[in-house]
Amino acid sequence: MKIALAGNPNSGKTTLFNDLTGSSQYVGNWPGVTVEKKEGKLKKHKDVIIQDLPGIYSLSPYSMEEVVSRRYLVNEKPDAIINIIDGTNIERNLYLTTQLLELGLPMVVAVNMMDLVEKNGDHIDMNALEKMLGCHVMPISALKGKGSREVAELAISIANKKVLNRPELYEGPLLSTIKSIESELSNVDQRMKRWFAVKVFERDEKVINELNLSSLLAKYEKNIKKIEDDEDDDSESIITTTRYEYISNIVNDCVTRKSSTQASLSDKIDKIVTNRILALPIFAVIMTLMFKATIDIGGIAQGWVEETLFGEWIMPFVEGLLKSLGVNSWITDLVVNGIINTCGFVLTFLPLILILFLFISILEDSGYMARVAFIMDRIFRKFGLSGKSFIPILIGAGCGVPAIMGTRTIENEKDRRMTIMLATFIPCSAKLEIITIITAAFFKEMWWLAPAMYFLGMAIIILSGIALKKTRAFAGEVAPFVMELPAYHVPQVKTVLLRVWDRAKEYVIKAGTIIFTFAVILWFLSNHTWSLQYIDGESAEIAHSMLRSIGEFIAPLFKPLGFGNWQGGVAVLVAEGAKELAPAIVDTLAGKAGIASLFTPVAAFSFMTLNLFDPPCTAAMGAIMREMGDKKWGVFAILYQVVLGYALSFVFYNMGSWLFYGASFGLTQIISIVIIFFAIYMVVRPAPKAKGAAAALEV
Amino acid sequence: MKTLKDISIGDACKVVKLHGKGATKKRIMDMGLIKGADVKVVKVAPLGDPIQLNVRGYELSIRKSEAELIEVA
Repeated sequence: MKIALAGNPNSGKTTLFNDLTGSSQYVGNWPGVTVEKKEGKLKKHKDVIIQDLPGIYSLSPYSMEEVVSRRYLVNEKPDAIINIIDGTNIERNLYLTTQLLELGLPMVVAVNMMDLVEKNGDHIDMNALEKMLGCHVMPISALKGKGSREVAELAISIANKKVLNRPELYEGPLLSTIKSIESELSNVDQRMKRWFAVKVFERDEKVINELNLSSLLAKYEKNIKKIEDDEDDDSESIITTTRYEYISNIVNDCVTRKSSTQASLSDKIDKIVTNRILALPIFAVIMTLMFKATIDIGGIAQGWVEETLFGEWIMPFVEGLLKSLGVNSWITDLVVNGIINTCGFVLTFLPLILILFLFISILEDSGYMARVAFIMDRIFRKFGLSGKSFIPILIGAGCGVPAIMGTRTIENEKDRRMTIMLATFIPCSAKLEIITIITAAFFKEMWWLAPAMYFLGMAIIILSGIALKKTRAFAGEVAPFVMELPAYHVPQVKTVLLRVWDRAKEYVIKAGTIIFTFAVILWFLSNHTWSLQYIDGESAEIAHSMLRSIGEFIAPLFKPLGFGNWQGGVAVLVAEGAKELAPAIVDTLAGKAGIASLFTPVAAFSFMTLNLFDPPCTAAMGAIMREMGDKKWGVFAILYQVVLGYALSFVFYNMGSWLFYGASFGLTQIISIVIIFFAIYMVVRPAPKAKGAAAALEV
Repeated sequence: MKTLKDISIGDACKVVKLHGKGATKKRIMDMGLIKGADVKVVKVAPLGDPIQLNVRGYELSIRKSEAELIEVA
């Protein structure tokens, strides 16, 4: 049996879903789109699958979430629907309900947050509500676990039964037209005739094309036009207005509000947090604290995992064990230095990532992140992004993979693509390690270099946005920004932890598969000659390894960037596989002479910028390809990063050697200046006139 | 024509008509901003845009460019 769970964002749907399914969740993708699909078995009912639909406000055809939801409901015809609505915000929540009712499927309306409704001194008459909606209604408090089980049991009991009594929302000519269309629909589910008739009336292109209803629409076009003229509005808007009018009647009849003029706690918090003067300083303080705490606490945990857990306990233990068992030194080396050492190294990033995601999830669950989008939108819109792009960029400071996946919350396709392209320019935890080793070896006095790299990352995101927005691919209509600002509430431990896990999981999977594979290959290449003779890759012998020839082969590519030696080539190649492995390999390659022997300071800076701004690791590139949902876009994004990273390092190295080392002003310097001017031109050139930009504001 | 953009902070008004079309208009209407709805302009973001509204008992944020499409009285 399948039960669909539908509701608005912020209605407590996730809490209810977690409560109903516990740990039996399965997360996948809806076919053809990158919208997350979650389902799980109902606790104590192995045969009941709860299908979580995306949080949506409406079943209109304008966002991917809405389209997959309605396609699921219409095509899969779940045995029952649980529609969760927020009792403290009943009017807007019921709007989706009126649309779900027309599907004619058995449905329970779960009125959530009843504890808050009562606390506010309000009252909702459940019997009256049941009568006016013509379906079962049940009060619950998902946060307190009250009523969740009962709702599920009720949904099971009504599954596949006849629907109670659907209310009639429409009247007059509107009703008679819809009824006539209904009577002419032949090959659709009997129960869903009303739904399809309304869609035809709304001229919903997706439904009409899928079911070949254009001749039916043509037949009623005159009637529809007449109603539109009478109401002086388009058919879609007439339906929306009718729904809200019906909801106003429901609210008048079923809800009694204690007329309080007292501002709620949420309002009071909001007055301060998004205050015109205080908002930006508060935001800056929260961000600073978040990063400071992440790096401080994460750093301690990182050191402990690397030095104590792996360095003192696990590695000596395993090495001793293998030796005592008489395992030969080749296998011992593979296991201890190839596998365990890398695992340990990769795991050192986990505390950092967990702590950052913990902060982000708390801010999200409390309702503050929506305010961040509100505060930042003005700035972000200027370069083709929206306020909602900020969250993925923030997550990107931990790991690029969940950041790219986090762009799914951005409804607008162009905004989303742009965010995917740019989110990984903010240094992730592994890139921070590269900054750290380079700073330690070359720029010891410059404590500000790491923060400066974050600013540079941000600047590159901004400038890229401005430049890309003017290209044909991104030009055009500005996406609407219509966003609910949910009431603040105390973050719930379970929700926060589940979200942290959801994101960290991406990192752990990446570490367990891609990084692990690269580490083994890397160990093999650095510990063997071409004649497969085993050498000690940790020592100077590495110069005889296969790795060296590979490095030498690609090194000419990096000569213009100042590190055309084989070590540089190897380091870039390894970093492209997994940035986490780069610091260790640079260390090994440098050997006793130290990193300073590999590069000049200017070349080291160029090496660092290349690694920060060229495409992220393979895992993140894979995520970019997947989330773009289109090969061409994926390749475009990665190529953009290749060109940008290379050009940046080229300019830094060649201009740097001219300015600081007295290199003569030659061809490479001229090319650098051309690149600089080209970049400036791309940023400041006037935007080409885009078709449709004016149409958006047409009155 | 007076639009929602012209309403000063703290003032309330009633929606008369929605202009614009397509996805933008539909999105605004889905959120309950339709003919006859009471709206209060709660605040403006620190950088001057977007604005925060109270409509149907909840807080909604839209840009000024969208507020311009909403005729009010």
